[in-house]
Amino acid sequence: MIIDRDKWQEIFSTINKNKLRTFLTGFSVAWGIFMLIILLGSGQGLQNGVQHQFANDATNSLWIYQGLTTKPYQGMNAGRKIQFTNADYIRTKNLDSRINHISGRSRVGSKTISYKNNYGSYSIRAVDPAHRFIENTIITKGRFLNRMDLEHFSKVVVIGNAVDKDLFKHGANPIGKYVKIGDIPFEVIGVFKAAGGNGEIRKVFIPVSTAQRVFNGGNRLDQIAFTVGNATLAQTKQIEKEVRYEFARAHHFDPADRRAIHISNNLADYEKVMNLFLGIRIFIWIIGIGTIIAGIVGVSNIMMIVVKERTKEIGIRKALGATPRSIIGLILLESVVITSLAGYLGLMAGVGLLELVNKYMPPTDFFRNPQANLSIALIAMALLVIAGAIAGFIPAKNAASIKPIDALRDE
Amino acid sequence: MIRLENIHKSYRMGKNKLHVLKGIDLHIKQGELVSIMGSSGSGKSTLLNIIGILDNYDEGKYFLDKTLIKGLSEKKAAFYRNKMLGFVFQSFNLIPFKNAMENVALPLYYQKIPRKKRNKKALEYLEKMGLRPWAEHLPNELSGGQKQRLAIARALITRPKVILADEPTGALDSKTSMEVMELMRQINHEGITMIIVTHEQDIAEQTDRIIHLKDGRIENDAISTETKQKVFETLVEEEAAVV
Ligand SMILES: Nc1ncnc2c1ncn2[C@@H]1O[C@H](COP(=O)(O)OP(=O)(O)OP(=O)(O)O)[C@@H](O)[C@H]1O
Ligand SMILES: [Mg+2]
Repeated sequence: MIIDRDKWQEIFSTINKNKLRTFLTGFSVAWGIFMLIILLGSGQGLQNGVQHQFANDATNSLWIYQGLTTKPYQGMNAGRKIQFTNADYIRTKNLDSRINHISGRSRVGSKTISYKNNYGSYSIRAVDPAHRFIENTIITKGRFLNRMDLEHFSKVVVIGNAVDKDLFKHGANPIGKYVKIGDIPFEVIGVFKAAGGNGEIRKVFIPVSTAQRVFNGGNRLDQIAFTVGNATLAQTKQIEKEVRYEFARAHHFDPADRRAIHISNNLADYEKVMNLFLGIRIFIWIIGIGTIIAGIVGVSNIMMIVVKERTKEIGIRKALGATPRSIIGLILLESVVITSLAGYLGLMAGVGLLELVNKYMPPTDFFRNPQANLSIALIAMALLVIAGAIAGFIPAKNAASIKPIDALRDE
Repeated sequence: MIRLENIHKSYRMGKNKLHVLKGIDLHIKQGELVSIMGSSGSGKSTLLNIIGILDNYDEGKYFLDKTLIKGLSEKKAAFYRNKMLGFVFQSFNLIPFKNAMENVALPLYYQKIPRKKRNKKALEYLEKMGLRPWAEHLPNELSGGQKQRLAIARALITRPKVILADEPTGALDSKTSMEVMELMRQINHEGITMIIVTHEQDIAEQTDRIIHLKDGRIENDAISTETKQKVFETLVEEEAAVV
């Protein structure tokens, strides 16, 4: 073994007898590591939180909304409203082979839904069965809408978990029961929750065909949403362009008129947010590295003081036959032992705090499941230990090479 | 054992050079008990430190047990200090956070002697110095005389050829001084060469040979009672001249 028991003995007796100094050195290291862990952890927590929000929607979805033209085109004035219809749905569906799930949506707004004496106002989503792939929905009871419901204009409804709780008290099974939307009875066929987690979902889904017929929708649609499989961002942009061109042609507006229809590209949004997180991560790294540097400076300072303080002791040791190597080794080893132990404590404290937050703080939309990258923390710790060693080495080497008589004279 | 030939030493103080030792020739044989006297600033400590390889010299030759001590590497110097030399200082120079036994055992640590053996040996030497009951005590829990005996035990533990003492009784009262001096004489009887720097006539009287340093030169090298007496008288005159 490189470090024999004697050396350990020697080190622990000096550490033990110089508790304040040891504490100060240790503290700056422990604090640095602790802060780094907390920073990395919170950064990850922020990212997890926002990423979680995206879990609701497929990250490869495109949403087309109607708008007003802002440019005159082919003799038509600006300010014309573009109205989608079922024809747009069909056109979009056949536009590109990469479009795999597509749903039209017709606006119904909020309506009162009642079951026996219980009622509430909930938002009605009139959609295509494919909708659940666009907005990730998890069925907890029964089933989602299907093609048959759509084709038969069935009066069926899939209700959100909050709606289930409000209307069907004491855990009554809602499946097969009839609720009234406005005055019209709909059969409950399923209950769903958001893929994102445990949010209270206060909305219901009905077939878009039924909605058009029952709520005077005609053949009108308000929104068309679709997913593009695993198309890349560039391909998605391409598809977006095709959509805009096709809609411009069909609805006679200038393809360059960005306001006539709005296309929101979820993938682009997702990438934007991810870029934001890259920024945050860089920021965290800068602060983290700053903290580590502060720790290194702290360790260096203290090591310098340690060597200064121990000059006379070094002189005594040299007079008794200590080689420069043994002096350097003694100081270095002490520094390495203190920084490693302190770093480890800081690491444990940081990870422990993150664990507590994980356990006792309910996750929010902005913050959940903070986790520090342990290997990064370990690297940071190694860096501090090495820095401590280097910081100790230079003054230790100087002290070891001064004449013993000069060291002894030091008071 | 110790041979000095025309040793010169200067300290550089900014632009000025302070010539402290101006050609010292000295031969000390094995087993001698020598004292070095001289007024303050005459270069006694400087000379002793050079003999102890704690300091270097500018000119001349120094042989320790026939080895020329000049331009040694720190590692070599450490070896000679450890094996050949023992030091006793006026201010004891004990390590404050080590207990008596650990302080005494320290030179053996640098000989890579295992801890158990080291401590056993240290206890033996503490016993010899009458300090066995204080083995676990820290230096600041000991009296001046006890501290100096502890330092002597530490100097002895490696069985060195030469013990160098710079005013070993300077911080002690006269009764304790005499006890310590008695101890040093005993050690010398065991064959260890001993060089003691002192101001005190009582101490010097107990040595076999008195070397009188004056202004960086050897003024007198006294062995007989008469010459020793002469040294004491000239020293008193020197003191008077200063005042
Ligand atoms: N490190 C040093 N730097 C500069 N000058 C020094 C140094 N050490 C000693 N001197 C000077 O050298 C001269 C001799 O010093 P030294 O310590 O050898 O005297 P000494 O005979 O031991 O005196 P004392 O009886 O007071 O201990 C003195 O003038 C002292 O001021
Ligand atoms: Mg002196």
